[in-house]
Amino acid sequence: MNVNIVVNGINTKGDIEPRMLLVNYVREHLGLTATNIGCDTSSCGACTIHLDGESVKSCTILAVQADGGNVTTVEGLAIDGVMHPMQESFMQNHGLQCGYCTPGMVMAAISILKENPNPTEQEVRAGLEGNLCRCTGYHNIVHSVLACAGKN
Amino acid sequence: MKSASVRTRREILGASALRPDGGPKVQGSFAFSSDVWADNMLWGATLRSPHPYARIISVDISEALKIIGVESVLTAEDVPGKLTYGLIDADQPVFASGVVRYMGEPVAAVAADHPETCRRALAAIRVEYEVFEPLINPEDSISGSFPAIHPNGNLLRHQRVVCGDKDATGQIVVECEYEIGMQDQAFLGLEAALAIPDQDGLGVEMIVATQWLHEDRKQIALCLGIPENKIRLTLGGVGGAFGAREDISLQVHASLLALRTGRPIKMQYSREESFFGHVHRHPAKIWIRHHASAEGMIIKIEARMVFDGGAYASTSGAVLINAVTHIQGPYRCANAVVDGFAVRTNNPPCGAMRGFGVVQACFAHESQMDKIAIACGLSPVEVRLRNAMRIGDKLITGQPVESVAPVERCIRETDAIPLPPNMTLSPHELSIPGGSGRTADRQHIVRGVGWGVSIKNLMYSETFDDFATARCRLQDGIVTLKFATAEVGQGFVTIAPQIARSVLGVDTVFVDPTDTLIGSAGSTSASRQTWMSGGAVDGACRLVRERLFEHVASQHNIDPLQLEIDDTDIVDTLGDLRISVAQASSGVFFEETFEHHHRPTTDLDANGQGNCHVAFAFVAHRAVVDVDTELGLVKVVQIATAQDVGRALNPLSVLGQIEGGIAQGLGLAVMEEILMVDGIVKNPSFTDYLLPTALDAPDVVAVLVEEPDPQAPLGAKGVGEPPCISVTPAIAAAIRDATSRPITRVPVRPSDICF
Ligand code: FES
Ligand code: FES
Repeated sequence: MNVNIVVNGINTKGDIEPRMLLVNYVREHLGLTATNIGCDTSSCGACTIHLDGESVKSCTILAVQADGGNVTTVEGLAIDGVMHPMQESFMQNHGLQCGYCTPGMVMAAISILKENPNPTEQEVRAGLEGNLCRCTGYHNIVHSVLACAGKN
Repeated sequence: MKSASVRTRREILGASALRPDGGPKVQGSFAFSSDVWADNMLWGATLRSPHPYARIISVDISEALKIIGVESVLTAEDVPGKLTYGLIDADQPVFASGVVRYMGEPVAAVAADHPETCRRALAAIRVEYEVFEPLINPEDSISGSFPAIHPNGNLLRHQRVVCGDKDATGQIVVECEYEIGMQDQAFLGLEAALAIPDQDGLGVEMIVATQWLHEDRKQIALCLGIPENKIRLTLGGVGGAFGAREDISLQVHASLLALRTGRPIKMQYSREESFFGHVHRHPAKIWIRHHASAEGMIIKIEARMVFDGGAYASTSGAVLINAVTHIQGPYRCANAVVDGFAVRTNNPPCGAMRGFGVVQACFAHESQMDKIAIACGLSPVEVRLRNAMRIGDKLITGQPVESVAPVERCIRETDAIPLPPNMTLSPHELSIPGGSGRTADRQHIVRGVGWGVSIKNLMYSETFDDFATARCRLQDGIVTLKFATAEVGQGFVTIAPQIARSVLGVDTVFVDPTDTLIGSAGSTSASRQTWMSGGAVDGACRLVRERLFEHVASQHNIDPLQLEIDDTDIVDTLGDLRISVAQASSGVFFEETFEHHHRPTTDLDANGQGNCHVAFAFVAHRAVVDVDTELGLVKVVQIATAQDVGRALNPLSVLGQIEGGIAQGLGLAVMEEILMVDGIVKNPSFTDYLLPTALDAPDVVAVLVEEPDPQAPLGAKGVGEPPCISVTPAIAAAIRDATSRPITRVPVRPSDICF
């Protein structure tokens, strides 16, 4: 099937199998490997991206469902080489160790602040509940999001 | 507590320097091993046994080979070298031959043009099995009542530890049997590798996520039947490890397929396959009896510890030794009779996971300490303080605890941390047990407080020389470091440059790719890399500094011993010479390689006596929990901890390890368990194997106890494992405190609380 998806501001096309997941479209068809796969059961959130401005787990969506849509991955956040404040905040606040959860966390975190620019710690935790991290115990991740909110 | 994140002007030792890979990781340009691709590559996949124990009657690959796009199908017959591999005993087949001994054991591997083709090929392989009754009860392995399921027998290791007076008794006697469930490391970045065959077909290059490149290379070479120097391994980005990458998983399969097809092979596991593709934490049963005086002083320990190693040895023997030698906990104990067994069963193989045998022992000894406290009318803190080990005290193995042993201080510092406020009358739904959507009733919620204290050995034990190698090059004021130390998220890439900056007075430090083009660094495990690879980097930098001082001294006609580094300058301590390192090193090229070896250790004798460990670290945890006694749900409110870190080379990074380790210990306490029925794994997915989320992670208040260890090259002890050890018994004790239930197993299930 043919799809047209805007990914990080660029029109992309593909003649793809209908069963192809959006995460595979991004990773394998486009070679944008920042978006990670951590499970087979939509449990981990490592694959979180933005589709039409909403954060979604890209392993739960078929690429064909995103046809005509607008996708942002973590690779598309920086503007003119300047990192998104959330990326900067994760980096500055040690919001990562192995970094495997990081692209998904950053995308989810941006959505949290979009909906609620001044969240409480608990609201941040609730917002990140669908994103697993095995390394950090989440403290510095939550801290990164709150620090970013404080700056905005 | 974030107070430790001090940023100094220069990112030297002691500063909370940021990760150099932080930028690439937040931007997604950091390549994990799963992100690596090659032109013309094929995909590899593994066929695994659906049975825990069966005879393989036949394997028919002919239909699979007919599928268009399938390039190769390999079985046991195709292994050119050694047919088995393993970290300690090579007892695990590359592919099962004749018999499968656990559910998930590899039987065949395919290479094809697409993962989907691989899946169809796997489905087309016909394996005929004669299914046997599996050996699942470790007691049957010990008693010998079950016929051997492996040529090496069903007992992996037995170790006795006997010391002091076997007949000593105490006025207080407490005993219990404890049980620990099988935990998964559940790193987030799934197993993945890319194997690229050499053009001449005689060697292979591999990019892989692992904990120990050189050990992988050794095992791959043996199975491939080619010399080690025909194999080059480069570390692919590692998405966490926690012990699960210490054993080989897909390395040999991918290399074999690459050599067979002459094309690059990419292999990566799904989450489900990952549960079958790596070892787990040993489930264990520990019976233990303490004799104590009326004052609560431990007089004797008797214990029988049974660790289920699953189908293959992996590191079971070493895990068992850790368990039996740590069963006294961080407490004085003069008399002991301990029997430990690591056994083979048809359950999934178990091996390394953060804490390595000490986690299980700690749950038992800490639960016992509370029993002694109750019997003697002491508080949990008091009973621990009375028995706390000090420098010079001995393990039950006869090994003295030397150097630094701030057990008492860890307990007191933890005790001084304020308790969290009580739950309000109408708490936020997210802060109560079960969280949002549950029906916890405020009236059924009870608070409890519990303690856990632990001792953990650092580095490898029992005569193992797990040295580390590093190279330092100084050129024009710029340092380049090279080592094979696997960065798995722990942060060695941050502290290695900090070491170089401190020793050499430079600011710019590069780290070369991590690969096998330099000597081994040993494994990223056993809390050992800061000590071992840190020692190697420090040693290499010091050698380079000597060369630099000689160079400067000869130019100025002074004794190099007069020179020292002050910030970024070289200064003459006896004169007025001051010259910047950048200037002094301009145009020169110094390169030195250093191997750091820890002090030798000994084996244990038949009575478990011997100085088998290198060094120890200590930690205390206090847990505060809210328990819904009606629903059996637990919310861990706060963990207070004080950890013996020697010296915090990067406080931010140390706190990160502490917070992450605590979350894993919490997982074992109340959430995480691989469930098995007759050797069948029931929950190999993240929907059924539950990991702590951001809402489950408690508030962590941490104190770093800094007493530099003179035996450690940088004064720093390893910090990776201690955080996840005594937090589990602390949480269990808090649940006991809240509910008065016995809580003799972890993870604690709702039924342990309600019925
Ligand atoms: S890969 Fe785990 S939720 Fe998408
Ligand atoms: S940093 Fe490793 S999973 Fe989050």
